[in-house]
Amino acid sequence: MNKLQSASDVEKLRKTLLNLKNNKKSCISICSGTGCHAYSSDKVVGAFEKELKKHNLENEVEIKRTGCHGFCEKGPIVVIYPEEICYLQVKVEDVQDIISLTIKSGVIIERLLYTDLKTGKKIVHESDIPFYKNQTRLIFGNNRKIESKSIDDYITLNGYNALAKALSEMTPEKVLQEIKKANLRGRGGGGFPAGRKWESVRNAPGEPKYVIVNCDEGDPGAYMDRSLMEGNPHSVIEGLIIGAYAIGSNEGYIYVRQEYPLAVENTELAVKQAEEYGLLGKNILGSGFDFSIKIHMGAGAFVSGESSALMSAIEGKVGEPRPKYVHTSEKGLWDKPTCLNNVETWVNVPFIINKGADWFRKMGTENSTGTKIFSLVGNVNNTGLVEVPMGMTLREIIYDIGGGIPNGKKFKAVQTGGPSGGCIPEKQLDLPVDFDELNKVESMMGSGGMIVMDEDTCMVDIARYFVKFLSDESCGKCIPCREGLRHMLRILNSITTGKATESDIKLLEELSATIQAASLCALGQTAPNPVLSTLKYFRKEYEAHLRGECPAKVCKDLIQYYINPEKCKGCGLCIKKCPTGVISGQKKGVHTIDVTKCIKCGACLEACNFDAVLKLSGKDRKKINEQVIGG
Amino acid sequence: MSNISLTIDGKNIKAEKGTTIIQAAKNADIDIPNLCHDDRLEPYGACRFCMVEIEKNGWKKLVASCCYPIEEGLIVNTKTEKVKNIRKMLIELLLAVSPSGSHTSLAKEYGIKESRFKLETPPESPCDLCGLCVRYCAEIKKKNAVCFVGRGVNRSVALVPGVSDACSSCRECFDVCDAGKMVYLVDMVQDISCSSLKSKFYQNP
Repeated sequence: MNKLQSASDVEKLRKTLLNLKNNKKSCISICSGTGCHAYSSDKVVGAFEKELKKHNLENEVEIKRTGCHGFCEKGPIVVIYPEEICYLQVKVEDVQDIISLTIKSGVIIERLLYTDLKTGKKIVHESDIPFYKNQTRLIFGNNRKIESKSIDDYITLNGYNALAKALSEMTPEKVLQEIKKANLRGRGGGGFPAGRKWESVRNAPGEPKYVIVNCDEGDPGAYMDRSLMEGNPHSVIEGLIIGAYAIGSNEGYIYVRQEYPLAVENTELAVKQAEEYGLLGKNILGSGFDFSIKIHMGAGAFVSGESSALMSAIEGKVGEPRPKYVHTSEKGLWDKPTCLNNVETWVNVPFIINKGADWFRKMGTENSTGTKIFSLVGNVNNTGLVEVPMGMTLREIIYDIGGGIPNGKKFKAVQTGGPSGGCIPEKQLDLPVDFDELNKVESMMGSGGMIVMDEDTCMVDIARYFVKFLSDESCGKCIPCREGLRHMLRILNSITTGKATESDIKLLEELSATIQAASLCALGQTAPNPVLSTLKYFRKEYEAHLRGECPAKVCKDLIQYYINPEKCKGCGLCIKKCPTGVISGQKKGVHTIDVTKCIKCGACLEACNFDAVLKLSGKDRKKINEQVIGG
Repeated sequence: MSNISLTIDGKNIKAEKGTTIIQAAKNADIDIPNLCHDDRLEPYGACRFCMVEIEKNGWKKLVASCCYPIEEGLIVNTKTEKVKNIRKMLIELLLAVSPSGSHTSLAKEYGIKESRFKLETPPESPCDLCGLCVRYCAEIKKKNAVCFVGRGVNRSVALVPGVSDACSSCRECFDVCDAGKMVYLVDMVQDISCSSLKSKFYQNP
């Protein structure tokens, strides 16, 4: 491959590639993202290859192993273009039918289609499925159309056009102005305007200047950066090169977690491909601009996603945060001006350059422009990655895209922003989701995690879970975070085990205030959020725990299983299922649980077909125990 | 050359550009409590005892005075209610870890007799992880024989096997350690001649 020498070379290559593509009639796109991979999508790909060969269709049908499509709940996902027929939960056994029926005869296979949750109707086209229909898939959209390991595929879909445009038609100042005008805010959590950050780095004294991609995504349940980096690495690289051009940097780093092996593999390959095409290296596209990228693998500490800790890690030091009173835009990596942005932020850049800031600003809200990818998980029907314009309400995301709460349960709360975000109650469901609105309700955008919780969730237990995570991930450098979180967790443990008093809640609040105000980095400063937001919206649950009651019947120390003698038919099913053998009773006689030995696993409740097994807490529990003792 | 003027606790002060608040205060005989600061070492910002309230363009903010570089017209208050509350809470947190150590004199000063926090198994040594020994060895001695291991509540100070063979003859970190932890550490390494630590280190480099 000869290196591309100019912007017009990119266009020429694109045309050549498009002509080659037109020879093939259809394309089978198979999601090979991490979720679908876990569902054995690679075996499905293998079956397709074999089947196409058998039917001599290799030259007519193209197979694409793409990145994540987002609808991970229903993987492996197969989409057949140009018709855009979407088959879900495809197994190796289905492949034969897909080739012989759909590809050869155009027959739709009903059993593999999506069934609408409300109407029960089958939906053929991907874009008609409510999960997709209600999204605006700008930056994530190309994931399903691109073979993740192919630079040619990216170029075919207008890839590197923005870079060619920036280098040939725009000055660095013009690029910077466009990003500023677009009001692109950092997608990593803080929401700081990217254009302003770029400008500070550009104007800061000191050479060389560095640009960094932060792909150290560590929030439990969040995987949008991973999916972009795995599925469409060139879009990140293109954004980074454009940013470097605007800032005046010739060296960039992509910091990827070691735990993302596919992301590491695809990024390394993409950098190599871009170098071979002359899109990285010296005199890019004949512009005189030089830029190279190094990949740094993170060793897997949550706190290393914090910008100063991440820079320490690249320098070869322990990834621990340092004070940032002098901004990293002035003194960052090796004390040089450094611009660090999140994966998703960089990916937005080529779109803004291609289509302009005015177009970009039309999406989203006044102060939060564009789209945001959320990982919608938890007690929701359609889990997966969703991209929506900023300002869409929580209700629309959870009900229209997510399909609501499964099993007829009631919605209780949604936790946004990762472990240090907050839990938002039902009364706030119509909140438009953007950076500022989420802050107003004690939560935050964070990385875009969105965990939906139903009525069976104990909010104190949830707060305890997140504080435990953050306490484990605290680096231990500063006292408020290290020691404060340790005691916060201890207090929460004492509440969930019914050993706490009102003064413990007061202490929890006092401690939260200190941790927020005094911690060194954002991990500590935001760590009390899950506690403060649940205390604000679900205080009654905390108070119930003080009285020995867990209203959601989750906290094991505060619940008890009981067999209602009026409903028990004596079928013996629960006796069979009990792993500890503590249920006794004659056949057709009432069964009873020895509560002193019960481990509260809930197997009996699940097994019972007569709703005779009950979970009790608080007053009900007390009443039953009094009856038993009394009788 | 004193070229920046600021106010600390109502006192007008001039100091050189690049000075941190804690240094400027010290030069003006204003004492800001701290456990991890040493003028000879790079600012670290770990103990948070030196938090002060600053006022800039009408905005108030809490900052670590050991790291914050002074600015023209900055108003600094080292003893506001917020600052005192933070220090009191930090003292309580450290008392739970250890009843002795350099925080005990601060406990007296701030009138704290007992901590509301308790630990089932407090650590054996009263180290508050100020990192003075680690940083002194790295920055002044350039030896890097002392390091941190573990994270979160499992963080502790350790000697780097091999590198720390000469520790027993140096012992300069003893002077920076208020808690006396280094006596314990260096003597331990001498006792076991680094053998067990060494094998552990080489297995997991």
